[in-house]
Amino acid sequence: MQLVLEPNTNEIKTKKLYQEMGLTDEEFQLIEKILDRTPNYTETGIFSVMWSEHCSYKKSRPLLKKFPTSGEHVLQGPGEGAGVVDIGDGQAVVFKMESHNHPSAIEPYQGAATGVGGIIRDIFSMGARPVALLNSLRFGELTTPRTKYLFEEVVAGIAGYGNCVGVPTVGGEIQVDDCYKGNPLVNAMCVGLIDHDDLQVGQAKGIGNTVMYIGSKTGKDGIHGATFASEELTDESSEDRPAVQVGDPFMEKLLIEACLEITKCDALVGIQDMGAAGLTSSASEMASKAGTGIEMNLDLVPQREPNMTPYEMMLSESQERMLIVVEKGREQEIEQIVEKYDLDAVAVGSVIEEKQLRLLFGGEVVADMPVDALAEDAPVYHLPSKMPESFIKNQELSVQLPLIEDFGKVLKQLLQAPTIASKEWVYQQYDYMVQTNTAVTPGSDAAVIRIRNHNKAIALSADCNSRYIRLDPKTGGQIAVAEAARNIICSGGEPLALTDCLNFGNPEKEENFWEMEQATDGMAEAGELLNTPVVSGNVSLYNDTNGESIFPTPVIGMVGLIHDLNHITTQQAKQAGDFVYVLGETHEDFGGSELQKLLNGSYEGKAPTFDLQTEQARQQTVLKAIQAGTISSAHDLAEGGLAVGLAEKVMGTDLGLHVNVTGDNPAQVFSETQSRYIFTVRKENQEAFEKHVPEANHIGEVTSDQLFVIEWNDQELIHEKVEELTSAWKGAIPCLLKSKA
Amino acid sequence: MKFAVIVFPGSNCDTDMFHAIQEGLGEEVEMVPHYETTLVGYDAVLLPGGFSYGDYLRSGSIASYSKIMKAVKDFASQGKPVLGVCNGFQVLLEAGLLPGAMKRNEELKFICQTTGLEVVNPETSFTSQYDQGEIIQVPVAHAEGNYECDDVTLEQLEKNNQVVFRYLDSINGSKNNIAGIVNETGNVLGMMPHPERAVDRLLGSTDGLRLFQSILANWREQHAVSS
Repeated sequence: MQLVLEPNTNEIKTKKLYQEMGLTDEEFQLIEKILDRTPNYTETGIFSVMWSEHCSYKKSRPLLKKFPTSGEHVLQGPGEGAGVVDIGDGQAVVFKMESHNHPSAIEPYQGAATGVGGIIRDIFSMGARPVALLNSLRFGELTTPRTKYLFEEVVAGIAGYGNCVGVPTVGGEIQVDDCYKGNPLVNAMCVGLIDHDDLQVGQAKGIGNTVMYIGSKTGKDGIHGATFASEELTDESSEDRPAVQVGDPFMEKLLIEACLEITKCDALVGIQDMGAAGLTSSASEMASKAGTGIEMNLDLVPQREPNMTPYEMMLSESQERMLIVVEKGREQEIEQIVEKYDLDAVAVGSVIEEKQLRLLFGGEVVADMPVDALAEDAPVYHLPSKMPESFIKNQELSVQLPLIEDFGKVLKQLLQAPTIASKEWVYQQYDYMVQTNTAVTPGSDAAVIRIRNHNKAIALSADCNSRYIRLDPKTGGQIAVAEAARNIICSGGEPLALTDCLNFGNPEKEENFWEMEQATDGMAEAGELLNTPVVSGNVSLYNDTNGESIFPTPVIGMVGLIHDLNHITTQQAKQAGDFVYVLGETHEDFGGSELQKLLNGSYEGKAPTFDLQTEQARQQTVLKAIQAGTISSAHDLAEGGLAVGLAEKVMGTDLGLHVNVTGDNPAQVFSETQSRYIFTVRKENQEAFEKHVPEANHIGEVTSDQLFVIEWNDQELIHEKVEELTSAWKGAIPCLLKSKA
Repeated sequence: MKFAVIVFPGSNCDTDMFHAIQEGLGEEVEMVPHYETTLVGYDAVLLPGGFSYGDYLRSGSIASYSKIMKAVKDFASQGKPVLGVCNGFQVLLEAGLLPGAMKRNEELKFICQTTGLEVVNPETSFTSQYDQGEIIQVPVAHAEGNYECDDVTLEQLEKNNQVVFRYLDSINGSKNNIAGIVNETGNVLGMMPHPERAVDRLLGSTDGLRLFQSILANWREQHAVSS
């Protein structure tokens, strides 16, 4: 029998084998106290994975408590598989973002693909049909073969999975900086649509009810994936490749259809996907939430290969698996549904009264642990923090005025920076139209998905400028939320709520933890004031390679509601003769800017000027003006500032643009002061627009000459052909990928 | 007129096709799963896009052996209209209802974009509402749309006017920029572009709608003659 090959309890304790699984001495002692005995190998493995940061949030929980999580639209905040937000007419959106960073660093195609698969399961396990995917990606500079390989394979993995499963990938963002060289970030967001009545919960209620298993068989892949995700990456991490799972999007497609049909069947009591920590987490979480226990016979678990041990089965992260609880005696109804999709539903256990997770194998009890201890009682750590020297220094730095000779040349260089450059090369590989609801396709401020048979739509965005957060985590955290909301506003939507993916370095470094505290403070304040509560999210710590941490990168995914299809607005200018307006004053904000990166190759100084009250007031003003139909195109100003924002209005069109702006220093055309917008307005709407947005400055006109002209205090500063800007902007990423390093 | 949309495991444009008929065209439409064996009662059969059986073998090959395909072949042999889009086109090729095969796109990447198509043959029952040489905008979304056939077949296709749509630009490496072909009798059309994605102004183009309107107009005409 296989079990004899595993270390015994004595060896686990004396040789401290639990440390290899990520448990500390104190945690192991706590487990002994909970069990009133020494855990066996299987139990140690189960505790270690449930108490990993990935599953327990033991180091981030104190920070997450600060977030606003409720509001008038929120139907379900954090705690279930995903957040749920009301959009009227008895409908709701279900959404969440999750990281798959470490797997993607080791095995980029499968890492990214299974990231997409996992987040989709979080959505349909709530009973919602997945209607959109977004992603937020971070890579090192696209100059080394390794980084190019990671970039191309991550994109291919997202495409390979999302396209096959038939959920459109409609938006996202990519930032390139060398702090992500060894540790790329792959965050995937899924949005689902549901009628309130169909909402499911992951609870194992009803003593005696049957626990059933649906989907792929359990294999030896992904064992200890959650633990692996909670450690720093090193040069040896590639040896952990077996901790990365392999995705099967075809199976996922069958699972989606089968599960959505099951959720209409009232024999179903609870449903949860087997994500991180697989069978272990789904079973113990479902039982813990219901105040029950689960007994499972592991001999009945569908297995991909013979002779699997309980340890391997419980820790496997094989993909495309679901665990459901069904009313006793009605198992056949479920079996009949899944049969239509060529799947099997297998009864593997039952709900029991004792709040235990009890596992049987070969007729013996091989594990017996309190479910609450697994799911709820992981120790919570309040880690020490320290303000970094670099922060103090950056706050004291006076503004460095960049010297620019050729503004046209700098503009083109900025348009070629991968963070700003057109992402067409990427999104053309994603099927962003399947399901035929994508009203605004990738490339605008937010993607827009119409709600069929209703005069409304949802707007979706993902944002995080980690450079600002590195310089000033609190302000940067506020800006991340504000920018996501601004993008929703520009598309004509009312921001409703957000999901976050908190990517940080090793929290045990005091400076890192200080950044986490500050950034989450900033996010909480902005979420509160902008009325966008946090309804779901994920934490990814230990994003370090060989001791170097990434920039703090709390990515915000936001969902907004467009109340009338006529409000849908995009960023591109519409026709010659329209007036161009800018809203919001410009300061000399070059800290963390794309211009600073271009000229200095590094970031220093203060984060851009930002005031939450101003931000909120402007968002309201702009949304009202859009809803009143006075605005033809809207765009917020971000990386590269006014000049880049204006170029983005006309690149790819057959239009031109002629503006005249005033100020002290012409470099301000590249300043990244926040809370600014640019609009184009039809002549006949001028009066109405100015009434709605009296603060806006009329700076010029959309032209038909296909020239891009910016004057500074009546002096010509930039004079370029739109076609040349477009080709620089569109050609940058393909060119970088093709060039030999 | 009553349409059937065939649903294979892994089809993912089936509901899009369904909506295009129901809301775009305003005609009756039903989903028919792959394990059914008859298509009696339907006037047209639509094979949707997607990744049937995951396309883990050649695209469309496993689906071409599914139970419903015998009924599809019978249906086609009666001269009734059969349209395969994207993966549906690949299934028709694998089933031998249309000549040729698909290779991976020349760039070896999935490509999703709205593409200009030339209507080469407006004389078919699928294209009668278009003009000769008209340029229409229809989305493509595929990884294997690089149409391949031997020279004799290619010559035949061109000579018989079986090439119905051509890409304006070579987007995937297809021979003669072929985007869609009909069989010799003209009642089976396979095309990589997705007309069902171009039936609603809100989503960009409505150029695909006339393809479905052509099927309907042709059916009405025949129906009027036979009754």
